[in-house]
Amino acid sequence: MDWAALWLSVRLATTTTLVLLAIGIPIAYWIVFSTRRWKFLVEAVVALPLVLPPTVLGFYVLMAIGPLSPLGRAYSSLVGHGLPFTFEGLLIASVLYSLPFAVQPFSAEFASVDRRLLEASFSLGVSRLTTFRRVVLPLSVRGLVTGVVLSFAHTLGEFGVVLMVGGNLPGVTRTVSISIYDSVQSLDYAAASRTSLLLLMLSFIILASTYALQRSVWIRARR
Amino acid sequence: MNHIKLFTLLVCVAVFAPTACGGGPTPNPPPGKGRVRVAAAADLNAALGALVAQFRASHQVDVSVSYGSSGMFYTQLLNGAPFDVFLSADVEYPRQLAARGLTIPDQEFTYAVGRLVLWTRASSPANFVRDGLRSAADSAVTHVAVANPEHAPYGRAAMAALQAAGVADRVRPKLVYGESVAQAMQFVQSGAAEVGIVALSLAVAPGLENQGRWTEIPPTLYPRMEQGGTILRWAVDVESAKGFRAYLLGTEARALLKQYGFSTPGT
Repeated sequence: MDWAALWLSVRLATTTTLVLLAIGIPIAYWIVFSTRRWKFLVEAVVALPLVLPPTVLGFYVLMAIGPLSPLGRAYSSLVGHGLPFTFEGLLIASVLYSLPFAVQPFSAEFASVDRRLLEASFSLGVSRLTTFRRVVLPLSVRGLVTGVVLSFAHTLGEFGVVLMVGGNLPGVTRTVSISIYDSVQSLDYAAASRTSLLLLMLSFIILASTYALQRSVWIRARR
Repeated sequence: MNHIKLFTLLVCVAVFAPTACGGGPTPNPPPGKGRVRVAAAADLNAALGALVAQFRASHQVDVSVSYGSSGMFYTQLLNGAPFDVFLSADVEYPRQLAARGLTIPDQEFTYAVGRLVLWTRASSPANFVRDGLRSAADSAVTHVAVANPEHAPYGRAAMAALQAAGVADRVRPKLVYGESVAQAMQFVQSGAAEVGIVALSLAVAPGLENQGRWTEIPPTLYPRMEQGGTILRWAVDVESAKGFRAYLLGTEARALLKQYGFSTPGT
């Protein structure tokens, strides 16, 4: 059993989810409430990772963060080492890869908030930010939870992107899906099955408890 | 009215085009005869294209090739994947398939021997190529790409060569592992790793030969990388498959294999 890989995946998924929460909420808010005509372009870009093959996305990320790109050079001159084959590099790739899984549930939920409530809040002189914090966010808990869980689960099972930018370093970039793939490639089906089973159970527990939680939130809201 | 006509036309085109408008000779031969389906190791990518073209021209047999890692094909073949010929990157997988009775008896063959090079981008310092494997230990090198030695033959050979050159301990912290030798190559090509220990067949492949510089790693430093193949028990057209096998072992194919960065058995 490759515990190091599992732990790495959990850490990566947690960090990715936190980053997505931080950047996903403003993006979703902008998509829903902006009146710019070209916002459909932003929506399309956010949804791209759903369509692109993960290996393609991974290859472009590798090129973009590598020492041949300005971004990669700027990072390595600031920090002292490059991004490829590091946890940070993997994090960037994962955030891009899971972006639609956070932003889409967020924005769907923001959009479903009754506009009259917002207008009431504005007409009482409450600022946009406070309105968002005290009206929109509390009414969007379900969407936020969905986005968080989907991002976490999606990152936990991510394979193609990690394969392309990771370099398969134990404890740094060898995530659980890579470890399972390695076991299968080495014909060690028993190890692959053990790790897969654990991943399967973990994912099921996470998803099941989220849906259970959501259910109770929903029922309370109805009452 | 016009809409209905247009719609009818579209339906006609969609449904009947393959037969009614086909005109010329049928593009696909009837399933089975005159066709060989090959599962090939990824390092054959460039070479096999040329080999297949030559074979097709002289034998009137259609060859379709799928490239992938040998281990993956082995797993798929254990489960009856629809291929006639398996060209592995080692000799172990074909042997194991034979031991499980999944091949036509006594058809295993060795068709090529892999060669290892140290590869670096054309823009990197000249001494990388001059110093050979020692450059992997150079302080200017932060990452060395190899194929995963756990399952890729080129990865195992690279590790053996580093060991034999006496730099394994200094290089180990710099190693990054590609899922295959082709991915290890990608890591160097993209600049993410400074040098890679990869297959000569990739270094001389069309499109790559001008992107980098390489030096061959002396074959004495690593175990011989014989690449074996076999014919599967469920091959549809066994005669054509055997014909392809015979061609691969012939002088024409050997010349092409050499040109594409392989040694040939017996040399």
